[in-house]
Formats: sequence, structure tokens, C-alpha cells
Amino acid sequence: MPSSPPSGMSSRHSLSAQRRRAAMWFLAPMLIALFCVAAWPLLRTIYFSFTNTTLTSLYDGKWIGFDNYLSYRKLSSGRVIWRGTLADPAWWNAVWNTVRFSVVSVALETVLGLIVALVLHQNFKGHGWVRAAVLIPWAIPTIVSARMWGWMLNDQFGIINDILLNIGLIETKIAWTANIETAMLAVLAVDVWKTTPFMALLCLAGLQMIPKDIYEAAKVDGVHPIRVFFKVTLPLLRPALMVAVIFRMLDALRIFDLIYVLTPNSKATKTMSVIARENLIDFDKFAYGSAQSTLLFALIAIFVSAYIWLGKVDLSGEHSK
Amino acid sequence: MTKPMHHARHICAVLALGAMAQTATADEVTLASGITGNAVENFKLIVAPWEKATGHTATLVPMPSSTTDQFGQYRLWLAAGNADIDLYQTDVIWAPQLADQFVDLSEPAGELMKSHFPSIVESQTVGDKLVALPIYTDAPALYYRTDLLEKHGASVPTTWEELTKTAQMVQDAERAEGNDDLWGFVWQGNAYEGLTCNALEWVKSFGGGQIVEPNGDISINNANAVKALELVSQWPGTISPDGVLAYQEEEARGVWQTGNAVFMRNWPYAYRLGSGDDSAVKGKFGVTTLPTGGGHDTSAATLGGWNIALSKYSENQDAALSLAMYLASPEAQKLRALNSGNLPTVVSLYEDADIAREVPIIPQWKDVFLQAVPRPSAPTKGAYNEVSNKFWSAVHNTLSGDGTAAENLELLELDLTDLKGSGW
Repeated sequence: MPSSPPSGMSSRHSLSAQRRRAAMWFLAPMLIALFCVAAWPLLRTIYFSFTNTTLTSLYDGKWIGFDNYLSYRKLSSGRVIWRGTLADPAWWNAVWNTVRFSVVSVALETVLGLIVALVLHQNFKGHGWVRAAVLIPWAIPTIVSARMWGWMLNDQFGIINDILLNIGLIETKIAWTANIETAMLAVLAVDVWKTTPFMALLCLAGLQMIPKDIYEAAKVDGVHPIRVFFKVTLPLLRPALMVAVIFRMLDALRIFDLIYVLTPNSKATKTMSVIARENLIDFDKFAYGSAQSTLLFALIAIFVSAYIWLGKVDLSGEHSK
Repeated sequence: MTKPMHHARHICAVLALGAMAQTATADEVTLASGITGNAVENFKLIVAPWEKATGHTATLVPMPSSTTDQFGQYRLWLAAGNADIDLYQTDVIWAPQLADQFVDLSEPAGELMKSHFPSIVESQTVGDKLVALPIYTDAPALYYRTDLLEKHGASVPTTWEELTKTAQMVQDAERAEGNDDLWGFVWQGNAYEGLTCNALEWVKSFGGGQIVEPNGDISINNANAVKALELVSQWPGTISPDGVLAYQEEEARGVWQTGNAVFMRNWPYAYRLGSGDDSAVKGKFGVTTLPTGGGHDTSAATLGGWNIALSKYSENQDAALSLAMYLASPEAQKLRALNSGNLPTVVSLYEDADIAREVPIIPQWKDVFLQAVPRPSAPTKGAYNEVSNKFWSAVHNTLSGDGTAAENLELLELDLTDLKGSGW
């Protein structure tokens, strides 16, 4: 043990330095683990996107600058040809699919999740069981639920068509996942089914944080319940809701498994992750796929920063103290 | 496969060395292979004699049935130098793309290959390197319901136009009788390698070439190809269910084997399964070559087939090689033909009396096999997957009503030209 310094001032100083050192040691394993599993792969992907690496020769890639993103060549006829991901219509189609999917699915899940949370927040007999049961779709692995829904949505022997036919809602069997008009609807329906419980859970946690006495005060004043919801519940729930939405958005923007398993991967449903994987592995264009992965990462980063900034989301929890 | 086992294997080897034992150690050879139908049970049956003779064990690592999915996983494993998998069952089109990752088998298997069809051995040879040993070949055919055709006085169609008419006629007549779930024709329309196979047959049998010709020329944008796709794009929703655009082999077989289709385009494996006791179409169907179209006179069947390749990262080279050689041998191919109805690649087995008696379809299939057309994997080399993907996407778009055949093929030609650049 080091001998304690004479003056009180420097003693506090060295104590806090010691604490900082200890904290560093405690944090080090986590930082190293994070670096290995998150930062390193990310940096390497970004590096690959500036090379001409292929999967068969992972270590022989040469630096080619921004060619995977955008490059142009002048033909002898004087025509200028643009190449690279940013000039690839298939990429922009995937971006559009992803954004459309994310916005619609997260909007639906937020509204439905909030409704489910409001119901679960009430005290009724067996509400513990119901809360657990609601989580089941979220607990099933996506691949399993995608397969399951694939069979239920099957045009010939699927139960969905059978039910709809029997109650007379449709005339002929619909090929939900194959038809380009309904493929995205099918994906959205399954995703909403799967992740609404997650939203409901986060909303429920938010609801439980709201002090009961505010409601009692509103009751005493005779405020209409709908007014209470919009003037009291929603504003107080907003911080929790904003965080929940950002979690879901992050998840939705990189959707892969559900679409890959459920639909035939046609133009109608191909997302950024699906197209990046296709280039990375199927086409042996590892660097090109890396560029797409990097763009996906950049897009998500920009979106999250904008969301936090514009929505004044409080992720650190400083203001609520 | 797992770490402890791995150690156990090493320990075994050390112990054997220590005791100066001369007996060979019992190795576990792993084979990654896509699974359709009852392939798992058949695999155990086929490798049993080899396991008995050598004392090794063969373990099947089942993979998804879609060849596109298998390829992605294998490429990843091979790029990572995975030593857990010794042997890979490879598609006929993969040899040029994966050649670097597999051991050259021309030395040990040179003699054995003399009994195989030279064209198939050729497809697995890249430069001087024999990348994989053929274990069975595949060529699709037209399955038709003898009972339904007879009932409605129709003959087996020889052209696609005739098939369209017959299918519609039988379907309408059967539905009028209350058979609501009956469809005229089922095939593979999902956006995957199987659609490339189907569409290549339509285009080729209409006289529209084979996408990229053997000399590397891009030929897909032509009037015959457009005519072929225009006819086919009428099928979904009329003689084929709309969902056919999400069907792979097993979905098509599902509709067929429950008795709900008049015609089906599928590979030989469906014959054996369709003749099983649990099949609704047992004894009620026949098989013939695929039709022709647009006045063209020869039909086309996409050459499929599977091979065994030895990973250069395998730590069991000797045992793995022994299993690969066994699986390609006439003995194993005969067992496979008898049990799963797969077409042998050994020429003499087409004259085999047992096979002719048990699986009469195999000698007949020689006709189909003679009209087999290869996919353009040889001329397009490493770019084949992308060529195929662009082709099936163009076809899938056309069939789902996103653009006309002429528009999509024109765009496809442009894309392929860009992809080709100054050469494949």
C-alpha cells in the first residue's frame, strides 16, 4: 500500500486517480471484447470496400480507392459510363425496399404495441400470464417463424388461404409470398406479428414509470380519459417510446432473415442486407458487397444521429434525473 | 467434427503410434450435401458397404435443398479453411468457381473415370485438374398423369403450345367436376438457380440459344427467346398456380404427388418418390422428354448432376479420398440408382439387368439425357452465378408481370454485356 500523502487536497486527487485507474482495469476486458467483435470487423469491412478482394483470395486484395462506390469511364465514343454501387439501380431498389419496410413496419408496431401495452397495463385476473404469453412470437427464432408462416401462407395448402376462402373474403387462392404485389405485405404482416410484443414490452415498462397520482388528479378534475391519454400518458411515455422506436428502426433497417426465408428474393422484397450478402458470397464480389455493407452502416449511423438530434432523444438518462 | 472429438482423434493417433500398431485408425469422414426427398436414409444405405470394408464412418451434414443456398455456405466454409468438412457434394456448375479450394483427383481417379460418360467428366475438369468425381447425373423430364389424359382423350404433348392447351382443357374439365384443387402444370418458378434451369429449357427448345454460347457470345436477346417467355408468362394464374413463382422442386412435387397436377417438370428423384406407397399418383403417371416450342424441332433438358469434391483443408485426406472414390464407383452408383432412382454416370449401368428391372425409368432416361443442354458455367467462368442470377431475375420479373419479355431480355443483354466487359 502506498503511504498516504500529507495534504487533504492531493489525497482526494490521488484517490480519484486511483479510482479512475481501477475503473480502467474493470472496463478493459469489455473494451477489448467490443473491439474484437464490433470495431475490428467493422473497420475490416470498410477497408475491404476500398480494395478488389474476392472471397477466394481474401488476403490478396489491392487498394482501388472509391471504385466500388462510384467510378466512371469514358468510352472511345465519348459516352461516359458510371459504375459502382451508387450507380447500381439494384442497390437503390434495395434501399427503397428497406426504407419502405422499416417505416411501415415500425409505425404499425409502435401503434399496435402501444395498444397492447395499454391493455396489459390494466390490472385484471391473470395479467401476469397474459404478459408472458404475448411475448411468445418474439421468443420464436425468426427462421422458425418465417418457415412456419411460409407454410401458413402457402398458396395451395396454406391455412390462411383456406380460412379466407371459407369466410368468403377472397375468391381464389392468393400466392402471398410469390406475387410481387403481396410479397411485401406478407413480410410486413409476419414482422408486425413477431415484433409487436417487443414494442409492447418497452411501452409497458414506460407506462409503469408514470406516477399514479397524476391520473388520480386528472380523475378528480374530471378530465375525459381520451384527453388524459393525449395530455398525460403520451407526453410522459414519449422518452421510452422514442428509445423503443430507435431500437426497432435499427433492427428493421438491417432486416435479412425473414425476407431471405419467406419470399423468393425477387426485386419486390430484396433489402440492403440481402443484396450485400448476395454480392459478398454468391457473386464472389467481396469488396463490392463490403462497400454495400459499409453504405448500410453509414445510412444507419446517419439515421440514428439525425433521429437523436431532431427527436432530442435522451439516451444517457441525464435529464430525467 | 467437434473439438473434443478432434482431440480424441489426435489422441487415438498418438496412442496408435506409441503402440507401433499397424492397423489403420478409424476415421470419421464428413460429407456436406443438400437434401431432397429421402436422401438421408439413402445415404446410410449407400455408405454401409464402405464403412464395413474400411472401418471408417461416414457422416452426412445435411444442407438446404436449394443449390444457391448450399453454394453460399460452402464458399464461406472454404474461404475460412474449414477442416470440419472433408467432402462436398457439388453441383455440376460449380467446378470452375471452386476449383482452387479442392484437391486435384485426376491422379487417383484417372482410371475410374474411364468408365464414366466423358462429357460429364469433362464438366468437372478445369484446365488439367479433375475438381470432383461425378456420382450421379440429372436431367429433368415431363411427368404426366396417364389416367387424366386417358379420361379426357388427350395425348402426351410434344410441344409447349400443345401442353398449354391440354393442361387447360383437363384442368377446366376436372374443375367442372368439382376437383377444385387441380392444376394443369407445376414447375419451379422461384427466383433461384432452378428457374435458370427451367427457363433455359424453354428458351433452348424454342431455338433461342443457351443464354451465353460456348464461345462466350451473349445470345439471350432474340425473337425466339422472347416468344418462349411470352408463352410461359401466360401460365401463372391459368394452368399453373400463382404461387408457382415461389416454388422450388419440393413444392412442385408436393402439388404433384398429392394428385393435384396434370403435368410436372421435375428431376428423376420425383419418379421413385411418386411411385411410393404413400403417393396419390402411384401407377398413374408416365415420364417423357420435355416439349419443344415455336416450331423448333429438338427439346432441351438442363444438365444437372452432383459430384464429390475433396476439400484441400480436410485433415483426413486418405479416408476422405477413399469415400469419394467409393461413391463414384459403379458399385455405389448402382446402389444409389436402385434406392433413389438417380441416374448413374457410369455408362455400363444403363445396360444393367437389375436396374432395368427395378428402375425401368433409368434406361429410358437415356433419351432425355441425350438432349441435355449445359448451363453456361464453362464460358462464363467465375461470373456464372451472377449471370444466372441476372437471368433468373429477368425471367422472374417477366413472369410476375414486371415488364414484358422483350423489355426484360433487352435489359438483361445490356447487364450481361456490362458484366462481361472485355471478356469473361
